[in-house]
Amino acid sequence: MERQGPLFSLFVHASALLLAVVILAPLVWLFVMSISPAADLSAKPLKWWPSDIDLSRYRTLLSAIENSTGAAFIASLFNSLKVAGMATLAAIVVAVPAAWAVSRTPAVSWSLYTVIATYMLPPVALAVPLYMGLAYFGLLNSVFGLALVYLTILAPFTTWLLKAGFDSIPREIESAAMIDGARLDQILRLLTLPLAAPVMATSALFAFLLAWDEFFYALLFTSDLRAKTLTVTIADLAGGRVSDYGLIATAGVLAALPPVLIGLVMQRALISGLTSGGVKG
Amino acid sequence: MSGTWISTRAWLLMLPLLAVMIAVIGWPLVDTVRLSFTDAKLVGTEGSFVGTENFTRMLTGSNFWRALVITTLFAIVSVAAEMVLGVLAALLLNQQFRGRTALRALMILPWALPTVVNATLWRLIYNPEYGSLNAALTQLGLLDSYRSWLGEPGSALIALIVADCWKNFPLVALIALAALQAVPRDITAASLVDGAGPFNRFRFVSMPYLAGPLLVALVLRTIEAFKVFDIIWVMTRGGPANSTRTLSILVYQEAFSFQRAGSGASLALIVTLLVTLLAVAYAALLRKAAGAA
Amino acid sequence: MLKSTRNALIGATLIGVAFTGHAHAETTLNALFMAQAAYSEADVRAMTEAFTKANPDVKVNLEFVPYEGLHDKTVLAQGSGGGYDVVLFDVIWPAEYATNKMLVDVTDRITDEMKKGILPGAWTTVEYDGKRYGMPWILDTKYLFYNKEILEKAGIKEPPKTWDELAEQAKTIKDKGLLENPIAWSWSQAEAAICDYTTLVSAYGGKFLDAGKPAFTAGGGLDALNYMVSSYTSGLTNPNSKEFLEEDVRKVFQNGEAAFALNWTYMYNLANDPKESKVAGKVGVVPAPGVAGKSEVSAVNGSMGLGITTTSKHPEEAWKYIVHMTSQETQNGYAKLSLPIWASSYDDPRVTKGQEELIAAAKRGLAAMYPRPTTPKYQELSTALQQAIQEALLGQTSPEDALKTAAENSGL
Repeated sequence: MERQGPLFSLFVHASALLLAVVILAPLVWLFVMSISPAADLSAKPLKWWPSDIDLSRYRTLLSAIENSTGAAFIASLFNSLKVAGMATLAAIVVAVPAAWAVSRTPAVSWSLYTVIATYMLPPVALAVPLYMGLAYFGLLNSVFGLALVYLTILAPFTTWLLKAGFDSIPREIESAAMIDGARLDQILRLLTLPLAAPVMATSALFAFLLAWDEFFYALLFTSDLRAKTLTVTIADLAGGRVSDYGLIATAGVLAALPPVLIGLVMQRALISGLTSGGVKG
Repeated sequence: MSGTWISTRAWLLMLPLLAVMIAVIGWPLVDTVRLSFTDAKLVGTEGSFVGTENFTRMLTGSNFWRALVITTLFAIVSVAAEMVLGVLAALLLNQQFRGRTALRALMILPWALPTVVNATLWRLIYNPEYGSLNAALTQLGLLDSYRSWLGEPGSALIALIVADCWKNFPLVALIALAALQAVPRDITAASLVDGAGPFNRFRFVSMPYLAGPLLVALVLRTIEAFKVFDIIWVMTRGGPANSTRTLSILVYQEAFSFQRAGSGASLALIVTLLVTLLAVAYAALLRKAAGAA
Repeated sequence: MLKSTRNALIGATLIGVAFTGHAHAETTLNALFMAQAAYSEADVRAMTEAFTKANPDVKVNLEFVPYEGLHDKTVLAQGSGGGYDVVLFDVIWPAEYATNKMLVDVTDRITDEMKKGILPGAWTTVEYDGKRYGMPWILDTKYLFYNKEILEKAGIKEPPKTWDELAEQAKTIKDKGLLENPIAWSWSQAEAAICDYTTLVSAYGGKFLDAGKPAFTAGGGLDALNYMVSSYTSGLTNPNSKEFLEEDVRKVFQNGEAAFALNWTYMYNLANDPKESKVAGKVGVVPAPGVAGKSEVSAVNGSMGLGITTTSKHPEEAWKYIVHMTSQETQNGYAKLSLPIWASSYDDPRVTKGQEELIAAAKRGLAAMYPRPTTPKYQELSTALQQAIQEALLGQTSPEDALKTAAENSGL
């Protein structure tokens, strides 16, 4: 439609190439580091491509021999899955009724805005009492305790996304069914929730990604393999006695795989979730 | 079906969420307020009431003000850069070119990369002896000798901002792109017929559609940047010479490294107040923008 | 009658089962170590395995964190009911830990054999206010490592005996174009920088505290920082030192990019390992130098101990584990990355063989170990000093002013 001169077209292609390089270069380098022999990574001048491909770190990190680096890594991988999974589930469970209620009863929406406003609280403002509270209930260094704390982040966020989702389902459908004599729980179960399923899935994915990414609370509230999550393990690995940068890179690649795959596959849903929440929130 | 019943029902449905929020946010926040007036230690002593001593000590010490300046600088520069780069990338991705779909898909990658992994990756890139940035710049002839990117107060904060930007501008780009795609084709066509130049087209055709989503992204990103902890913790821990010690790092140090829960809490509340002010200002801006549109 | 006897018997058996069941029930200990310097993770795991083999009813979970996280992790875990039983602690923390009642006082558990056999310097690691809060485990100080090949090429016969000599030799190496920046230190804004600084303070005969008040702003304390700054600004020191931790120093040294490096014991055998290092066989080690008229050698007490946390539910087993880890038998078997706390170990060929040079340096260095200040507010003092060192290095303030500010911010 738009008339594009050859110069303009060249400019667009060059910029696109530049953008692709900017986005890809660090990621490709992370992967290259993970498969390069240790000597290549401390060579001067630096070797940009591995002299031979070294997959030993993947074996090291994914081997489950008791009391090894690999076992610690795998344990934290599972902890991350457990914490993120539980926190996501709990967030959706409390968020769905609340989001629907606010969507259908605007008079109570101020309470939702109060909840959403808590998103801006810096975690440091809650950390000390949360720490003492978890200690009191014996929930420090526990995946359950950490999942509970993650609700501080996930619950407001999912409610916000879900409310936008429910807003887009016309109330008329519900009131029509109501006139036909259907009970509220039937309407929700058979009508509204199936219609809202895509939004719920998107919200759950968002929540999962947020929990997977969390570092601050995990750093404070977990101490060992029973609850330590992947982000803390990676920070420990990067700060500790690892003379092989490739190992750190490998841990990074493995930790990034789940969210990156989710991101690639669900891109459209994630973006529409964000923008619809953003525009109407 | 009476109005009271409907709002009672709404409250009942909200009960689980509100209960959880009170347990994990409301109570801790109240307790932080209580702690901030005591000299409580993290472990051991409960502490006794000391009035506003914590607040005066924090506000009169140089550490707080320095951290505030650093945090503000980090937030303003990184968010501004993310917005500009994000919109530029979105305008580009809205053009016709080969590989557009693939490039759009790639944009999600930095955003999906966990923050800690991103920080670790950039720390390796910036490594003063074996980092790829030094190697690349030297091999291209842009740099005479290797530099200590995270070791110089001048470059450490910039290096952090670059790492933060790289992770976050693609998200802004994707949000802006979604907004641009909502611009009706016939409006663009009409503006072309009217002979509007590219700048005017952006200003008067695209901008109204972009403003809303971008403002929301701006608000969220600023608040997040103001709370920044992870990336700094992993990359510099506040060094060199405290030149990257932001407010969150300072609170961590006070409350957890030095175990002074009381003054840590007071500092955390000051930060909270600042973020709240910021959010209120933005909310007013948003309302104004919504009114204008 | 018969029935009641039988009931009593059954009852007794049940109680017996319950008791023996309890005695055989597996006890799990959680132990916190660091993944930095001294014993490697593999060493600690192997030592622990020997313990669990001898004590099959005890299971030990090991946790490794970077040194930078060790203090905070210990403090934070204290609040959790099921936290650590055994923690590794640095020589600078017993004051704080004891004041906050985080470690069990083990003074009475220490046997005469331990008292006599362990080097007196090692004991200072675990003592506060006349009580002992654990067993010394890592006996360590910073040594001056040098690359024999580079020194030879520069025509230097003997490694430096004083810090001024070190500067001269480094200048020779720089002038001959062998290396641009011959010396590597760990001056990152971290405890590592304080260890290097303390080494110099001890060389210059300085003092940290005098009657509980900061005394590092003048005399030896100031001389030490001045030396660091001049070494940095003259280019004799690798400028990247200001973001190095010990592992970075090791990496640079074993890549052949440093002629001199200040580091802990563990670097000796790692830098001599051809699989890890390009300078294997060329590594020299001497005690850190002294200052003419003030000291022969200098050294920081960088030792660490193992203690039982007050929240541990199994202090007996925890103590047993600590005794195993610190025993002469265990330590002599793993003397490559960290040297034993036992006096007689230094004559054991198992310990000395293949590292005679290190042992010779250790005998002089360990005897000269200088403590970092003992105060419950050590973390704050250290944080303030780290900032002072970095600001002075970066030329943001003069060493005098930087140290004065540190003294004001130290909380003392």
